[in-house]
Amino acid sequence: MLTRYDKYRKLKSGFMSALAVFCAILVVLPLILVFFYLLKMGVSSLSWDFITQLPKPAGEEGGGMANAIVGTLELMGLALVMGVPIGLLGGIYLAEYGGGKTNAWIRFGADVLNGVPSIVWGMVGYILAVVPMGGFSAFSGGLALAFIMVPLVLRTTEEVLVLVPSGYREAASALGIPRWKITYHIVLRTAFKGIVTGVLLALGRVAGETAPILFTALGSNVWNNSIKEPIAALPIQIYYYALSSFPDQNNQAWAGALVLIILVFLLSATVRFLTSRRSKI
Amino acid sequence: MSQTTTSPALPARAADMAEPSRLGNRLFEGLTFVSAMMIGVLFLLVAYVLIDGARLAMSQYGWEFLTNTHWNPVTDNYGALPFIFGTVVTSAIALIIAVPLSIGTAIFLTDLAPLRLRQPLTSIIEMLAAVPSVIWGLWGLFVLLPWLHDYPYTWVSKHLSGIPLVAGPIQGAGACIMSAGIIVAIMILPIVTSVSREILRSVPDLQREAAYGLGATRWEVTRIAVLSYARRGLMGAAVLGLGRALGETMAVTMVVGNSPKINASLLQPGWTLASVIANQFGEAATDIQRSVLFEIGLVLVCVTILVNIGALLLIKSIDGPGSRRA
Repeated sequence: MLTRYDKYRKLKSGFMSALAVFCAILVVLPLILVFFYLLKMGVSSLSWDFITQLPKPAGEEGGGMANAIVGTLELMGLALVMGVPIGLLGGIYLAEYGGGKTNAWIRFGADVLNGVPSIVWGMVGYILAVVPMGGFSAFSGGLALAFIMVPLVLRTTEEVLVLVPSGYREAASALGIPRWKITYHIVLRTAFKGIVTGVLLALGRVAGETAPILFTALGSNVWNNSIKEPIAALPIQIYYYALSSFPDQNNQAWAGALVLIILVFLLSATVRFLTSRRSKI
Repeated sequence: MSQTTTSPALPARAADMAEPSRLGNRLFEGLTFVSAMMIGVLFLLVAYVLIDGARLAMSQYGWEFLTNTHWNPVTDNYGALPFIFGTVVTSAIALIIAVPLSIGTAIFLTDLAPLRLRQPLTSIIEMLAAVPSVIWGLWGLFVLLPWLHDYPYTWVSKHLSGIPLVAGPIQGAGACIMSAGIIVAIMILPIVTSVSREILRSVPDLQREAAYGLGATRWEVTRIAVLSYARRGLMGAAVLGLGRALGETMAVTMVVGNSPKINASLLQPGWTLASVIANQFGEAATDIQRSVLFEIGLVLVCVTILVNIGALLLIKSIDGPGSRRA
């Protein structure tokens, strides 16, 4: 026996469910559109020259972003070398040492740092590296990106280390193995896959960052020979070419964006591959 | 947002085990301690760089800097209000669009979607989060802006031009505060959705079952048992989205029109705190110009840090027993 009011309630419930489905479609839609246009615009501009040639002067047809592709990888490498050890060791401290109060503060601080706009790290990199070194450089770009990586890696490392069963530590401790060796040989070894996952996620995040490297790495139209010189990067090149008034450069911006997104998704595909294999750590 | 070390059934940590102290242990612990302290050092660095950089501007303009509406590099007359205005308005537009969509999607993902759809959809939303800002800017510039310009903006300016909020004339490329708000909305969708989803998952199933037991329909369960229980956490998700929206830089720079004006119309170009830094810092010619940009950075950081602290406190407050997150 359904009264009219019950029917109204059922109808309303159905309507709200439909609305939720509609929301989900609207959220997914931009991703589909971005992919569609990246493929449509990017593939037609992507060529062998694009990934092997240096940029041509504005207005000339052809040329590529080979130096920017290599530059992005180089900046990621620099950020990795400078940022990961600190984040990793900090994460070990939170998981293995430290008191509850201190750790809660560090954790909270790292979460707040994750929300600091990335452009600010560019300003910090500018003052700490560009000004003392007397010019823009790959090093300062890597440093600005490393600042972003530290809190990210610290949090993910801690999260996987606390998943390592305590029995492992206790068993090793019973054998008289020093604590640091337990951490290094057993805890880190066990959690290795999880740690790599966290590092790759952080790398994926900084690979596409533009704002922090805009006035640290600066960008360049030639090959980079030294970490003391400015270096090209895909995001910077995409930014300038997108705003360029030459259609040929606009098209190259799309091709660069396609290469960048492939790079980012290769990283996240690796993450998915690593995390899909049974264990959580 | 996963549970970390607060539960009592914590795995034993190295520090809790009695053991004679050795040099290697001391060194290693010291090394990890110094690294963890780098979080504090990074805070100090940000504070030092911005305050030191802004000192010249602060002594020259004082508090008036925050309320001055002029921005004229030729006469060195600088005020931050147009950028504060642009940042607040674009973020507000972004929140108005993104928060209902995100919460709707989160409800769909936790309570409505068929089980085999949930994981793929969550992955897609994660992919959305991985798209770099500059690519959203590129897409916005060449796809979204022309479309917005040709259809909605043209229609609005034809039929509603009397309303100051949407007064024309629209700019040639469609670059305006509204466009920036829409792009930022798209960019904060993933984070607001994934945090909202975590929050809704943390609502104990007992809540839902009790409501179903009373004969509630699906929507009534969601409204009475889930949404009201999760209100604080969802607010946290929205505030976290606000923090991201305030600091969004590259995509905004590319679609906002970069004009230091305060305009009642959403269809007019504007500028934001983050995008003026990206746009001007590299070419700042004088010390005072650079210093002004540092002060803008200082304003931006203070606001985003406060907003983020608020968000984290709101989100933390809802972890309870019986939730699916534990």
